[in-house]
Amino acid sequence: MLEVEDLRSAYGRIEVVKGVSLKVAAGEIVALVGSNGAGKTTLLRALSGVQPITGGRIRLQGESIEKAPPHRRVALGMAHVPEGRQVFAPLSVEDNLRLGAFQRNDDIAVDLERVYTLFPALADKRRQAAGGLSGGQQQMLAMGRALMARPKLLLLDEPSMGLAPLLVQQILDVVASLKAEGVTVLLVEQNATAALAIADRGYVIETGRISLQGSGAALLRDPKVREAYLGV
Amino acid sequence: MPEFLQFLFSGLTVGAVYAMVALGFTLIYNASDVVNFAQGEFVMIGGMVTAFLGYAGVPLPLAALLAIAVAIVVGLLLHALAIEPARGASAVTLIIITIGASIFLRGAAQVIFDKQAHKIPAFSGDAPITFMGAAILPQSLWVLGGAVVTFVAIFLFMDRTLLGKAVLATASNRLAAQLVGINTRTVMALSFGASAAIGALAGILITPITLTSYDAGILLALKGFAAAMLGGMGNPLGAVLGGILLGLFEQFSAGYVSSSYKDAVAFITILLVLFVMPSGLLGRRAVERV
Repeated sequence: MLEVEDLRSAYGRIEVVKGVSLKVAAGEIVALVGSNGAGKTTLLRALSGVQPITGGRIRLQGESIEKAPPHRRVALGMAHVPEGRQVFAPLSVEDNLRLGAFQRNDDIAVDLERVYTLFPALADKRRQAAGGLSGGQQQMLAMGRALMARPKLLLLDEPSMGLAPLLVQQILDVVASLKAEGVTVLLVEQNATAALAIADRGYVIETGRISLQGSGAALLRDPKVREAYLGV
Repeated sequence: MPEFLQFLFSGLTVGAVYAMVALGFTLIYNASDVVNFAQGEFVMIGGMVTAFLGYAGVPLPLAALLAIAVAIVVGLLLHALAIEPARGASAVTLIIITIGASIFLRGAAQVIFDKQAHKIPAFSGDAPITFMGAAILPQSLWVLGGAVVTFVAIFLFMDRTLLGKAVLATASNRLAAQLVGINTRTVMALSFGASAAIGALAGILITPITLTSYDAGILLALKGFAAAMLGGMGNPLGAVLGGILLGLFEQFSAGYVSSSYKDAVAFITILLVLFVMPSGLLGRRAVERV
């Protein structure tokens, strides 16, 4: 599904992503864990095209996309739920969802219902401005909006950030259920335990480089990971 | 009373023009964070091109359409050649670029046309309509009608179409707009084109009353900017409200105080807005939870 080779990205002269290579196979949930400032968010932004890259290759379903503008990448099947939700605050919940399907020309009624079924809290607020939703609801909306594009690959950036534990579980349950529907997920998390628990495979990123990789379960058992990210 | 009505009508007429210029500022500001000081030049182009095509024998409605088309092309070129290459530059840099573009357009107009004042014939004659003792020019009704049609069209576009929502989405959060697949560059081009068209239309409507010349855009841009600030920069409804209020302030102060201070009203308004309520009447008081 996704192949990344020696990807590099910098802010000015400071290189933040220093040659990352990773693969996500169709139907997998892959977790990318690492501490604050390790380059996780920058990597995702580079994948969706909103952060310029300084080198490397990105292939989506075999097609090179590193030169494609962000909206083309959405059309090709990539949807990115950014860090901090980034909902369209003045627009209604339903308008936010409709805009999620901006690149599609077919009927979206089924998809709207699907999102409201996944996140019933949104259904009650469909006419309300997105800016008035609680943090958890905004996270649901951001995910719902991305799903409206019917993505083949979903990039999720810190979906659990700032949420109550119960909500975190609810969001991660939805991520796990997407796998059953055939959506491939690349999940970035600081909450490594929760992310690795639902992931098929995981990568650990440290100061812009992949330092460890393996199955989710193996990484959870790895003493280095446990010490560095799980606090045990 | 007739005096009051007279000032009210002329206030509404110039206010409608300021509102259209302010709306142009708002559309571009929302899509790109650029305060486009070449906005007044679109108004000038509308009036001047229509006038000169009229001299060449082109019928008025066709001349007006062509003038709007010319303004749209200029707007798109301004975006493609001056704004887009400077993407990522600071707000001040972008403002200076638009001021430069405005000087350039004025100079070009001086060379292509001339330095004289020009008139377009009024659309429905010059005989004033008397209403409760006040004389109203039929052209004033054209200005008001044209402004209302423009505002309704813009609001329907924003409220009812997905592309309109995409423009609002880009204004509210450019990153998220890109991530849902909106080509924000196209949205910016669209708003430059639309602003140019609205400005040119305002110029065509008002020129039979006020005349136009190569440098007519300077004052209009400043007043439209004052109107946009008064209404709250970035709020289309605020732009309309600010424009109408500024037009009324100006005409009433010209009527009851002294007409020599007419142009000062706009600048006093800017200063007061900046001192008293920098976000304007309907400025963003966004309620956003984090």
